[in-house]
Amino acid sequence: MPVSDKLTPESVASALQESLAALSEITDAASLRGQKAQIIGENSALSQLNGLIKSVPNEQKAEAGKLVGGARAQLSAAFAEKEAELEALERTQALAAEEVDLSAAPKYLGLGARHPLSLLMDQIGDVFVGMGWEIADGPELENEWFNFDALNFHPDHPARAMQDTFFVKPVENHLLLRTHTSPVQVRSLLERELPVYVLCPGRVFRTDELDATHTPVFHQVEGLAIDKGLTMADLRGTLEHFARVMFGQEAKIRLRPSFFPFTEPSAELDVWHPDAKGGPRWVEWGGCGMVNPNVLLAAGIDPEVYSGFAFGMGIERTLMFRNGVLDMHDMVEADVRFSAQFGSVI
Amino acid sequence: MRIPLKWLGEMVPLAPGATAHDVMAELVKVGLEEEGAHGGDISGPVVVGEVLEFEPEQQNNGKTIRWCQVRVAESGDHQVRGVVCGASNFAVGDKVVVTLPGAVLPGGFQIAARKTYGHVSDGMIASARELGLGDDHDGILVLSTIGLDPAIGTDAISLLGLDDSAAEVNVTPDRGYCLSIRGVAREYSHAAGVKFSDPATSVKVASGSGFQLSVTDGAPIHGVPGCSKFALVGVKGIDPTATVPDWMATRLKLAGMRSISIAVDITNYVMLELGQPLHAYDAAKLVGGITVRRAKSGEEIVTLDDKSRTLSSEDLLICDDQGPIGIAGVMGGARTEVSDSTREVLIEAAIFDPISIARSARRHKLPSEASKRFERGVDSAIPNIAASRAAALLVELAGGTLSGVGADFSEQSQRPEISMDASYPSQLVGVDYSLDQVVSSLEQIGCTVSVAGSTLSVTAPSWRPDITHKTDLVEEVARLVGYDKIPTRLPVAPPGRGLTRRQQLRRRSLSALTGAGLIEVLNYPFVSKEQNAWMGEVEAVELENPIQSEFGQLRTSLVPGLVLAAARNISRGMVDLALVEEGSVFLAAAGSPVLQLPVGNQRPSDQELAALKSSIPNQPRFISGLFTGNWVKQGPGQSAITAGYPQALGAVEILLQQAALGFELEQAKLPGLHPGRAARVLVQGQAVGLVGELHPDLASENHLPRRVGIFELNLDALYALSPEIVTAKSVDVMPAATQDLSMVVATSVAASELMTTIIAGAGELLEEIRLVDDYRGAGLAEGTKSLTFALLFRADDRTLTQQEASAARDKAVALAAEKHGAVLRG
Repeated sequence: MPVSDKLTPESVASALQESLAALSEITDAASLRGQKAQIIGENSALSQLNGLIKSVPNEQKAEAGKLVGGARAQLSAAFAEKEAELEALERTQALAAEEVDLSAAPKYLGLGARHPLSLLMDQIGDVFVGMGWEIADGPELENEWFNFDALNFHPDHPARAMQDTFFVKPVENHLLLRTHTSPVQVRSLLERELPVYVLCPGRVFRTDELDATHTPVFHQVEGLAIDKGLTMADLRGTLEHFARVMFGQEAKIRLRPSFFPFTEPSAELDVWHPDAKGGPRWVEWGGCGMVNPNVLLAAGIDPEVYSGFAFGMGIERTLMFRNGVLDMHDMVEADVRFSAQFGSVI
Repeated sequence: MRIPLKWLGEMVPLAPGATAHDVMAELVKVGLEEEGAHGGDISGPVVVGEVLEFEPEQQNNGKTIRWCQVRVAESGDHQVRGVVCGASNFAVGDKVVVTLPGAVLPGGFQIAARKTYGHVSDGMIASARELGLGDDHDGILVLSTIGLDPAIGTDAISLLGLDDSAAEVNVTPDRGYCLSIRGVAREYSHAAGVKFSDPATSVKVASGSGFQLSVTDGAPIHGVPGCSKFALVGVKGIDPTATVPDWMATRLKLAGMRSISIAVDITNYVMLELGQPLHAYDAAKLVGGITVRRAKSGEEIVTLDDKSRTLSSEDLLICDDQGPIGIAGVMGGARTEVSDSTREVLIEAAIFDPISIARSARRHKLPSEASKRFERGVDSAIPNIAASRAAALLVELAGGTLSGVGADFSEQSQRPEISMDASYPSQLVGVDYSLDQVVSSLEQIGCTVSVAGSTLSVTAPSWRPDITHKTDLVEEVARLVGYDKIPTRLPVAPPGRGLTRRQQLRRRSLSALTGAGLIEVLNYPFVSKEQNAWMGEVEAVELENPIQSEFGQLRTSLVPGLVLAAARNISRGMVDLALVEEGSVFLAAAGSPVLQLPVGNQRPSDQELAALKSSIPNQPRFISGLFTGNWVKQGPGQSAITAGYPQALGAVEILLQQAALGFELEQAKLPGLHPGRAARVLVQGQAVGLVGELHPDLASENHLPRRVGIFELNLDALYALSPEIVTAKSVDVMPAATQDLSMVVATSVAASELMTTIIAGAGELLEEIRLVDDYRGAGLAEGTKSLTFALLFRADDRTLTQQEASAARDKAVALAAEKHGAVLRG
């Protein structure tokens, strides 16, 4: 750029115009950074004109300073504006250049899942914890006394043969794999302060071969409430609430007379399943009844003062008709696809 | 129990056209659960035909069929029809059942004239199974084999009673009386509100005398004599070849029993009708009188099935002067069995102690129709009636006469009176029953009730030995009035404490790991002895009756189950696996066994309870995981990351972190783990589990890839160590100084050991340390490695200078040099 050797309004205007023209030519931030010194730096045309001010006679210095300063301010403002514009453009372009197809992204985190049986037991537990009940646990390998005798199964009663029991060697030690979660009832009554409201979910065992509807290892959830003045109406109310949580507001329950050694009166429990495959219908769900006085006596509780109810149902069975599982194999074979489809939803 | 409807209809009025399903719908209301319907699903024309001639014809498929000409009517059109038959168990002249076009057989099988094997078959000759008469499918039903010779063209449906059907209901063990048509009819009358006509009341009781009978029990079981009633009634001059009438044969079949001979069928028939098991002896084979007594240990008997059985001193025996002739209530003896030449019989009807019979049936593995009824309790007032009924049928159907010979032993026993407050049923059930509802319900089921003020004195009927307590009476009232009358009330539990810490730990552990990408599985706890040894020799629990003898132990580790689960998934094509299981393991009992259990209906003493509890093996909850295949799969711009012990270690870190615990590793050697890639997990010096790689040999034997990462932690141990409450330390906010540190040590020095030393050496200013590199190779001496750590220093009260940080680092270097001979890498 030619530099005029005299500081005149014309030369300043010309230098400003030339600098502005050069600035307008620049279209990217990198070039702008490269030419910054040349346009507004120490060696730029206006800076050089500014250098001439010191040789101007004193009485003209103020005017010359004003002339050059005004031009320089104009140029600086133009430069800043250009810089902001080009840097914004640069950021936009950089982001555009980083575009990826997210659907083609590599996957670093595995997808885990709970087993639906264990999820369902947790969910049932939550329903009852919400009602103030507590969750009670007990050993899967039990002493026969807790599994049978304390539950009013007389040693020679045919009801004992109804249960196909896994016994532990040697049999005279009276150890077995619990055939139901009911021994936890007895343990709870022996160990807890009255009143007792507990839910006992857990694994149980019977000597059935695995097929579409049987498995030697399965899960039950059992409820027990012992208090003063409890009746079968309380049992019914509890089951009805439970059924609605599990199967929707339309659900209801039906009791049919039955027999269990540890309850009297006893009942089979059917649930009206509004969303059953093929239309709403009654489904057999479990057993229940008022706790037999002999069970209370085994735990040292006076049946003339306290009464209560118990109920129990199979978790596998519940999952089958509630979630449409067709074959027991799916629940016991540990195929990851079976659990994965549930995520954490049950 | 199967209930033929016509039989039931003799005791209670059934609605015209009532089906088995209609009957079951009533019975379920009073507690007899529906099991299924049998028979009755056949419609005509099904007629008796006579085979006039047939031509065997060999077919291309190797079968030989018979092209038969069968006369199906004495006169009229189509009296002789051509029928193709695949069976060959008949001869010309045999009378058979012909299903003609238009008939429908059980299962909805419609009969039509159809072309087959080159003929038009104008109907079908039926087998017993095709008619719904049982499982016999060895050939077609030849009527002479069941003693029938009806006229040609007779309607076979009514001839064979095929128009009758049976309802099958499940009888719970408390209702032994419902193992009879009489008992079910009584229940039906309660359910449907109709009148019950007791068949027992119309039987003329036959009394016999003069037969030598002695009933003793030298060693009663649980203090109850084995026999409380023993009646014998003799019938002579019977025709052993008399045919069993169709109606009886049909009813027996519908009830699920086979027809055998007139005498046996009659005893079975009466048992089904009245619930009293009967036994018929061939009177000519009896030697002297009959004695009922306990067996001598080692005594022998040959039972009806021709097997010799050695008896226990607890078995109750029926003997004649020559020795045992039956195990009471279980099975008769072969020596006095009725046969096709028996002309005189002695019918036994007895009441035996249920427990004695139950034990004998179990001991000799002889569950029978008789023992099933005795175990559940037989009506103590029915033996004489049942024996008389059987005798009358022998007279009527087999041409016999009452011999007048007999005996009758009866030990008088009075049913106990149960006292109950009239309001008790309302109190327990929550329905406001009136006094009248309570009393009339109890009377309906046969109780005698007397009312004094608000107190009822109730005596249960002879057929209800199950009723012993007032709550039993409550159930009767509740079910007769109806369970559907019970109202709904939601009880309010006292304020609860939520899940216990232990339960929360289980849930959190599973949530954390499934959140990290593991899939929860639930495996059977049955494993082999070899599998249990993988994770160390621990004494295991053995099952007496495993499903598969090979897997006869209970797991002491969850790893074998996970390995099996992984193999199954891999066989199905899912090869990238991260599995977790939480569950009990079973360690052999530490306490001593309790050989004599306390009684059931009272609280054992504290010592007894403690002994019962300590007799049970320790069953800690474990949580274990398995990693194989790829942890990160190959993707665009990303190569796969193999799964193995690093992920297993990561899972251990997650579990311990969320239990607010730190841990250390200690190298371990276990049969199931890679000898150079296994460590024990220590928390506060206590071993809580294992982590490492499955032994490659095991992996290969179980069809898994070579690299399988494994961890197993004892959740109960974590629970015990996990702090009950975490006391917060304040978070330091002054700026931190970071330093890297590379040290060369012998390869035998574990990274964790060096790290522990550096932490100790660096002192309080060191806030965090992380291993960032393990380098071996060029530039390092053989047998050494360079470990690089990233260190973060911070003071709680000032900005730390690099000089202070370096000074702390130098102290760490000095201690590492002293303890491990570590050298700072330049």
